[in-house]
Amino acid sequence: MPPAVGEGLAGSELRPRGGRCGSQAARAVSADVAAETTARSSKRSAPGSRRFEAAGQWALLALVTLMSFATRFHRLDQPPHICWDETHFGKMGSYYINRTFFFDVHPPLGKMLIGLAGYLSGYDGTFSFQKPGDKYEHHSYMGMRGFCAFLGSLLIPFAYLTVLELSRSLPAALLAAALLTFDTGCLTLSQYILLDPILMFFIMAAMLSMVKYNSCASRPFSAPWWFWLSLTGVNLAGALGVKFVGLFIVLQVGWNTLSDLWHLFGDLSVSMVTMGKHLAARILCLIVLPLALYTATYAVHFMVLNKSGPGDGFFSSAFQARLAGNNLHNASIPEHLAYGSVITVKNLRMAIGYLHSHRHLYPEGIGARQQQVTTYLHKDYNNLWIIKKHNTNSDPLDPSLPVEFVRHGDIVRLEHKETSRNLHSHYHEAPLTRKHYQVTGYGINGTGDSNDFWRIEVVNRKFGNRIKVLRSRIRLIHLVTGCVLGSSGKVLPKWGWEQLEVTCTPYLKETLGSVWNVEDHINPKLPNISLDVLQPSFPEIMLESHMVMIRGNNGLKPKDNEFTSKPWHWPINYQGLRFSGINDTDFRVYLLGNPVVWWLNLLSVALYLLSGGIIAVAVQRGARLPAQVEGLSQVLLRGGGQLLFGWMIHYFPFFLMGRILYFHHYFPAMLFSCMLTGVLWDTLLRLCAWSLASSALARGVHALGILSLLLGIAYSFYLFHPLAYGMVGPLAQDPRSPMAGLRWLESWDF
Amino acid sequence: MLGFLRRPVMVTADINLNVVALTVVGLLSRLWQLAYPRAVVFDEVYYGQYLSFYMKRIFFLDGSGPPFGHMLLALGGYLGGFDGNFLWNRIGAEYSSNVPVWSLRLLPALAGALSVPMAYQIVWELGFSHCAATGAALLVLIESALITQSRLMLLESVLIFFNLLAVLSYLKFSNSQKHRPFSASWCFWLVLTGVACSCAVGVKYVGVFTYLLVLGVAAVHAWLLIGDRTLSNVCVLGHLLARAVALLVVPVLMYLLFFYVHLALLCRSGPHDQIMSSAFQASLEGGLARITQGQPLEVAYGSQVTLKNVFGKPVPCWLHSHQNTYPMIYENGRGSSHQQQVTCYPFKDVNNWWIVKDPGRHDVAAPLSPHAQEVSCYVNYNISMPAQNLWRLEIVNRESDSGVWKTILSQVRLVHVNTSAILKLSGAHLPDWGFRQLEVVGEKLARGYHESTVWNVEEHRYGKSQEQEERELELHSPTQTDISRNLSFMARFLELQWRMLTLRSDDLEHKYSSTPLDWVTLDTSVAYWLHPQTGAQIHLLGNIVIWASASLATLAYVLLFLWYLLRRRRSIFDLPEDSWLRWVLAGALCAGGWAVNYLPFFMMEKTLFLYHYLPALTFQLLLLPVVVEHVSHHLCRSQLQRSLFHALVVAWFASACHVSNMLRPLTYGDRSLSPSELRALRWKDSWDILIRKH
Repeated sequence: MPPAVGEGLAGSELRPRGGRCGSQAARAVSADVAAETTARSSKRSAPGSRRFEAAGQWALLALVTLMSFATRFHRLDQPPHICWDETHFGKMGSYYINRTFFFDVHPPLGKMLIGLAGYLSGYDGTFSFQKPGDKYEHHSYMGMRGFCAFLGSLLIPFAYLTVLELSRSLPAALLAAALLTFDTGCLTLSQYILLDPILMFFIMAAMLSMVKYNSCASRPFSAPWWFWLSLTGVNLAGALGVKFVGLFIVLQVGWNTLSDLWHLFGDLSVSMVTMGKHLAARILCLIVLPLALYTATYAVHFMVLNKSGPGDGFFSSAFQARLAGNNLHNASIPEHLAYGSVITVKNLRMAIGYLHSHRHLYPEGIGARQQQVTTYLHKDYNNLWIIKKHNTNSDPLDPSLPVEFVRHGDIVRLEHKETSRNLHSHYHEAPLTRKHYQVTGYGINGTGDSNDFWRIEVVNRKFGNRIKVLRSRIRLIHLVTGCVLGSSGKVLPKWGWEQLEVTCTPYLKETLGSVWNVEDHINPKLPNISLDVLQPSFPEIMLESHMVMIRGNNGLKPKDNEFTSKPWHWPINYQGLRFSGINDTDFRVYLLGNPVVWWLNLLSVALYLLSGGIIAVAVQRGARLPAQVEGLSQVLLRGGGQLLFGWMIHYFPFFLMGRILYFHHYFPAMLFSCMLTGVLWDTLLRLCAWSLASSALARGVHALGILSLLLGIAYSFYLFHPLAYGMVGPLAQDPRSPMAGLRWLESWDF
Repeated sequence: MLGFLRRPVMVTADINLNVVALTVVGLLSRLWQLAYPRAVVFDEVYYGQYLSFYMKRIFFLDGSGPPFGHMLLALGGYLGGFDGNFLWNRIGAEYSSNVPVWSLRLLPALAGALSVPMAYQIVWELGFSHCAATGAALLVLIESALITQSRLMLLESVLIFFNLLAVLSYLKFSNSQKHRPFSASWCFWLVLTGVACSCAVGVKYVGVFTYLLVLGVAAVHAWLLIGDRTLSNVCVLGHLLARAVALLVVPVLMYLLFFYVHLALLCRSGPHDQIMSSAFQASLEGGLARITQGQPLEVAYGSQVTLKNVFGKPVPCWLHSHQNTYPMIYENGRGSSHQQQVTCYPFKDVNNWWIVKDPGRHDVAAPLSPHAQEVSCYVNYNISMPAQNLWRLEIVNRESDSGVWKTILSQVRLVHVNTSAILKLSGAHLPDWGFRQLEVVGEKLARGYHESTVWNVEEHRYGKSQEQEERELELHSPTQTDISRNLSFMARFLELQWRMLTLRSDDLEHKYSSTPLDWVTLDTSVAYWLHPQTGAQIHLLGNIVIWASASLATLAYVLLFLWYLLRRRRSIFDLPEDSWLRWVLAGALCAGGWAVNYLPFFMMEKTLFLYHYLPALTFQLLLLPVVVEHVSHHLCRSQLQRSLFHALVVAWFASACHVSNMLRPLTYGDRSLSPSELRALRWKDSWDILIRKH
């Protein structure tokens, strides 16, 4: 099919021929056309010209790669200070080098790779990455930046090869590569220590390998088929392991696989056994392999980070016992809760802390004037409580009495150790949360009233009805009112020392805010056991860290009164992000797409929908297209369709997201958009050329069109390159600035 | 002309007595003792307050749904002659004699009753037997939750009615497509589809999902139409245009119409005014309009003004200052200017008045103490130098080049000249030294447009000096315009719609709230009303037999569908082509209707109740007899199997009737049950049936 497509232009063209697998589109073409194709191409490509073509192709690829590396590595060391989110990801890289445990909302792979790059390039992890603008001084940062720039540079050859595979047209591939090379946004994002170049690398690599493997469909189970299929799986694991938005490429590959299997299934010449093999191969390479790799990254993550650090508090007590330096590490405490034990009680919700009380009363007008009960994030003597039976006040630590374990369903009293007041609740409204009851400390020396009685219930797995330190999740149910002890997570005003509110909620819905676990446990009558036996298993750690990450992500909510980036801003390049510098004396880097590229992309999507729609309706109406147009429309609908789908699936889900969004979230979608532009313009120009009578003129129109696009893009890059490579001097609104004429939108501040 | 002399005028009517009978029993079940209980039941307390606002024509803002549903309820009140005088404050409160309870509950009850024959019609139009159609109608008839929900002044039954109407009229339309395209009935059903869709959306936003489903099915049918080569291009174009007009243009116009009527009805100012912009408020009778009436339009130097923040979140407020100064040192140890505080204050106050001065003649422009303080890491600076009190005015919504600062209409940004910081409401509350008023800052970093940086003049007057009075006269007379006329319907609609969509209710907990997962298995219930003395109560509970079998039927449908689909792909055709097409269409509309009305709730962050599931359940009930008939026709191999299956179906239906009958006291609330009887009805621990303790 491809030679038929651009027959008028064929002479001028370098045509890919190296692949052992046929083009994906070729499958669709009827056998006789294919036969004709081979006949013609064999006529045209004499051995000499074929060698010439192959060499030309390699040269072109090398040129594209060279350009890409040259633009990405140019002035990579500038500015020699922390830019934007480098402060996070550089810091996290350092954590890996120092092996201290931390918490982040993204999966670990990206940061691990940054840490590895830093380690290999001689960075020792001593720089503190405090805030943007801090000078790196003698610290070696080029390794990490270089690694990101390296991955960022590879995006362009990947895009080139993907488009080449989808459209079988060098000009289209060149155009796509040029759009990406000369996009200031993509360039800026590739030059710093960020997760985005790594994420985009895996996304593009997955896309490329998927397209390659599609092309091998005619030779299933051959070596290249296996190679590309498993490579797709590996890259999917990589994308998902860097950021959760890697899920979008997983969905795209999943959709592609499903439609692929559906086609095979409809082919009656494929037996059910072969079909089963196909299915098994997909499951193995695209589900089992990525999951195994993804899990492996976590295994490495937890193995490397074995020291206590800033992330401990986000995780459960049992988890913390793994970390060297944490007070739970290598500790030994009694295993089962017994009466008379001194304990701390930790809330299971993230960043709530320990049940706490202190010698301060609730102020006048806020419920009863009794002692405050709060939650507190730090370890403190006021977090200690003694667990007692509800009906006797005898000292359970009296050695003459036998040890009595606390059991699921027991009715207990919790006495605050420092002040000897009981945990108490009553029908007064909680200080901040409406309809919840107030929780106070009440009574003198452990004598109170029936409002001090709580029923203790184990929520998760029962360990023979006993309550296990760290592992048992418990609820405390107030006996009189039937409410559940919980923390609302709201910060009390100054009278409550800005600790968090504790309430008793009458709604018995199971939320983490009302589930607790026992952390510290002191009971001289019981034998201590090492906490190591209580350590969670690897699947439990995986599950917990995912829950924590998901909650962390959901917690990133935009504030009402802040300027926030909206998804509709992105494709129109409405507003950029300041990477570095504000004032005219600063070295300023501004993340903004090259407007020529971005607006061309936007136009292309519209044009694509229009032309694709016209062709689809024409086909549905039964119009008979000439062979060349037929071929071109196949490229447009199939190849272009995949790219359009990629753009949509990497863009539209953001409209549904509640979390705070940033401009750079658009860049994976932008990659697809650029590739689509390449395919679209090449196809449209070919269609124009086809409609012209003379072949010389047609060739000229096509070449001229592509060339002018390439030059236009390159020139716009020349205009806008200071955005990425940095600028000093007056701001753009100042007429003296060299960028003065380039502030095309009011909302750009550079 | 006089043809009737030669040939008599004949009227032949086909009356399907099934439909008539179903309608009658539907009406009976829904209208029986409709005015009982004469007390506020559950969410009637919520809808009732808006009803009273309609009766009194007072403007209100409700974020829960578009106004059509509220207006329908108000129509019931209007027909019953309700004057709106009732205090809707407590569930269970007795209605006073001026409340026409029967007519208030009539429209939802009628909608619920008519759903019964419509279920019959839909299954029939889908191409299934009368028996299946009757089955669907009977299921809708006896389902306890549907009865409870339709007998009260609530909106779910109305929503379900319009959902079903949309599906039914689309089916009628697409069935007449084959024989008589472009006929009158074809047009009627097509337009009715669009109207019903817009009504469904107008009652509740979730109606949009059914609308999208119908649009989707229509799009697939249209695509097949394009592929029909027997039709000429012009004919295809005509078909597509007719669909576009009826299914896209008509609903949009209808939706606008709802708002038009809503705004035309509610012309008086009321308690929710504050949330709206000054211009909107000025368009209502009373309230702000009374204050601003006759005040000069154009702001001049020397004008005294109050400045309202356009964004108004967390609360609407006016720029304010008072004698107190900023503390020397903030809590976190940073130094401050120790100058006079500038805040945003949510109440009208004499300290909200500012004088606009001409910088050319005066050194000091207003008592503005330009100030900002650290709120978060993004706004991180502190300016306070004495000579920096010039602000540049930027009119954001300048329509023409005239650039005159107009009262109420102009939205302005105040940009500090020296630092080019923008005056902004940060949304944070100041600590006690700032009397918990809202913080105002100069935003320096982000220069993009945000409503929190935009202000407008609300009240406006000139000083009392001789010279200014003259200027006032001069400015006053020629340019004085009625502001309410300046605000077009579209502007008011857009503002109202935007505020409705962004209104956030913070109360996320309710004793009877549930999660979507609880609904399928009926693991939740809602207590609606309890008799003040006896144990008689209305409790929203589904018929568990019907719920379980409906879910099973949906599952069976999906599995069977996948099985057939895969086998067809391998060229094994289990079903004849026309049965297959019927099977697919029934699934697309019924299983699809269930999915689109259920699954989106998983992504919603609001308080959810069992009744949110009822629209989805109704679609499941339509699917259930379809699956039963399919099993009987295609899967039962022998006559014996078929007979057995039929016996099973009869037994199952009898048990469903029995369960509904057992739940009847809770559905209608008419009979007081003893505690032991109630306990016996509590089949699941999660059902919170109220049991008196004495």
